[in-house]
Amino acid sequence: MQVKDIIKALELKIFGGNQGLDREITGGYTSDLLSDVMGYAENGKIWITLQTHKNVIAIASLKDLAAVILIKGNDPDPDMLVQAIEEGIPVLGTNEEAFEITGKLFNLLNH
Amino acid sequence: MSPAKIIEKALEKGLDIIGITDHNSTRHCKLISKLAATEGIFVLMGAEVTTREEVHCLSFFENDDQLLDFQAYLEAHLPPILNDTKKFGYQVVIDEDEQIIDEIEFLLISALNQSIDQIEQKVHSLGGIFIPAHIDRPSYSITSQLGFIPADLNIDAIEISASCKAESVLPFITKQKDVSIIRNSDAHYEDQIGKVFTTFEMEHRSFDEVKLALHRMLGRNTRIV
Repeated sequence: MQVKDIIKALELKIFGGNQGLDREITGGYTSDLLSDVMGYAENGKIWITLQTHKNVIAIASLKDLAAVILIKGNDPDPDMLVQAIEEGIPVLGTNEEAFEITGKLFNLLNH
Repeated sequence: MSPAKIIEKALEKGLDIIGITDHNSTRHCKLISKLAATEGIFVLMGAEVTTREEVHCLSFFENDDQLLDFQAYLEAHLPPILNDTKKFGYQVVIDEDEQIIDEIEFLLISALNQSIDQIEQKVHSLGGIFIPAHIDRPSYSITSQLGFIPADLNIDAIEISASCKAESVLPFITKQKDVSIIRNSDAHYEDQIGKVFTTFEMEHRSFDEVKLALHRMLGRNTRIV
């Protein structure tokens, strides 16, 4: 499943990084500790977080993650969005909380 | 910790400079600074701020006006979550006679609704000093919350916790290679005061000299002991 497929299925907002919409998703990782994501997230996963700092993109790029979903209606910080566009990492948004969107993504990827 | 006890302990440990940084509050700085001055101790007045990312950062200011301005900023951006005194104890403000003069309604350990960049800019706009706190710790530190120190974050130094060796945090520093590393006791209880400290080599004790020392300018320097 590609990033663009889950955007449609989960009705996600696209903030930027559209170049990466064809990326293949291998799973998900939900965490707000960037050190944890840096240590444990595997490439191709989609990252669900409430953090909107630009380091999110640096770490998503470092770990070759498929995309980032910002929860609870959070907007990316302006410099986060600039980096996401530069790196071609889709930054997506939802009004839902981590629990709900993680559950929906899990179901989508495992059925 | 009462102001008198803090000063008594600092004297006992031979500290010349102490930093007073309550969580998200500056309201005891002036009192402690005044009491300390009578004993010849210089006080760096500030707060340990919790950013939106839940990063603890130390902020210090030179004078009362800057401190008041920053206090207003803290109060404007602290979320209105009531302090549960059963869980967190009483958040009191006391006077010279150790009488309670105020009680803070909102929980001071909450995160401000301001990003680390916004807080850094506020501190520097007031001429203050901005130092990410205990960056080696696995919680509430810039490394735990943000993975590494953002390249463009304007910091005056970084702080490591009492048991940490400076070498171990070097991998987290991306761009600020020359930044000074200081180590403090982060004392929350009297018996922790002066457990570890950093020496400052400078002309005399003042806010500006501390700044120069942190930036190793004009021959000033700091050294972890």
